[in-house]
Amino acid sequence: MRRVAVTGIGVISALGPDRESFAAALAAGTSGIRPMQSVEPGTVRFSNAAEALGYRVLDHFEEKDTLFLDRFAQFAAVAAREAIRDAALEWSADLRARTAIVTGTSAGGQTSQDENMRDLYERKQTRFSPFTIPKIMSNAGASRISFEQGISGPVYTISTACASATHAIGQAFWMIRSGAVECAIAGGSDAPFSPGMLKAWEGMRVVSPDTCRPFSKDRKGLILGEGAAMLVMEPLEHAQARGAHIYGEIAGLGMSSDAHHITQPLPEGASRALAAALADARIAPEAIGYINAHGTGTPANDPTESAAIRSVFGAHESKLMVSSTKSMHGHALGAAGAIEAAATLLALSRGVIPPTANYLGPDPACDLDVVPNTSRAVGVEWALSNSFAFGGLNAVLAFRRL
Amino acid sequence: MPEDFQARVIGVIAQTQRIPIETVSIDSTFEELKIDSLDGINLIFALENEFNVDIPDEDARDVKSVRQMAQGVARLLAAKAQGAA
Repeated sequence: MRRVAVTGIGVISALGPDRESFAAALAAGTSGIRPMQSVEPGTVRFSNAAEALGYRVLDHFEEKDTLFLDRFAQFAAVAAREAIRDAALEWSADLRARTAIVTGTSAGGQTSQDENMRDLYERKQTRFSPFTIPKIMSNAGASRISFEQGISGPVYTISTACASATHAIGQAFWMIRSGAVECAIAGGSDAPFSPGMLKAWEGMRVVSPDTCRPFSKDRKGLILGEGAAMLVMEPLEHAQARGAHIYGEIAGLGMSSDAHHITQPLPEGASRALAAALADARIAPEAIGYINAHGTGTPANDPTESAAIRSVFGAHESKLMVSSTKSMHGHALGAAGAIEAAATLLALSRGVIPPTANYLGPDPACDLDVVPNTSRAVGVEWALSNSFAFGGLNAVLAFRRL
Repeated sequence: MPEDFQARVIGVIAQTQRIPIETVSIDSTFEELKIDSLDGINLIFALENEFNVDIPDEDARDVKSVRQMAQGVARLLAAKAQGAA
């Protein structure tokens, strides 16, 4: 089986418009959580969010493109452009035909659909644009990248709520490893800030009234985020032969389902995904130095995730660093796994472990080294990135520094 | 708490959970009624609509029984009546 290297990373998030602003904010422990701008104050009970505030669509797209590109698809294309520039591959016609694109999204074009429903029910508009369906479909981001970049291999989209991008990256990794494709662009994007989407989140009562403090005492919930991250992956041999800059290796994917409940997580499900990722990468738990946690900051997730980590790592747990970068870039839903994969790869390649920001003090139910508030300059060889979705769907990626 | 108010709360719980009303009493715990955390939030949603009150997230989290739930709604209704007076 072939080994798989990551040679390009693109990120747009609340931490900035590109990979380097993202890396700098993570290293500095700066949170991108701010008062929410995209809806009228008072629309929902919570008032803070991790929005991509500096983003202006016309900096990236022709005005006509915006008619059929929802914000989530725009983010996907913007992150893919950066990742592809970064990888600096030579795109032969053959390579384009043997490159895959796998994207994850949870909400897809639902913010556009929310606006359409206002047109229909509130403004009594009787005609819809022919671009409505192409704008709201969940594969719009993947398709945009495909025709914008002329990439014509397998292209598809995975929607597993908050694990979408991790499943997507894992699928692309397995396709390269098996030889099914020669190259892949994979990641995720989401842009959930519309009144209808926010009311739905308010109804679940999981959004924090202040900020996101994963694993901390006095944590009050998650903070919604938006953005995208895309990775360019290729066979390690190919990357080395062309002298490419390599962020790290994707070495394992573990997946499981809790088979339990639509929202309540089960530690055993998460444990099985963690163990499966280690087995797929053929490494022992003791090799892992850092875990980028799912770490939503909700009362339910963090103790469950802590229990799962303890059960897999046993005594080694005390030597593990576990941080949740959602404390800085928010919970970007279907993009979360990709943004966090990018954070993990940057941590490995640059030797800076990002912190859990906004941390106030320990919660005995989350007894881990969560790298509170300040990043650490530590070289780590192996790391994991966790994603545990509503619906009980778990995905874990294993990364190695090269 | 007045009995008709209790009965109204119990009625909403039975209807929302799709369980026979005679299985729910003011002393039932959520555990006995097999009401998990998501069901609990759904009950709060139903009670907010029934009584036209807003139940804050922090209060919602700790409710584990029918009595606690009824008391919580009663408190909010009393506060609302006072605000209106």
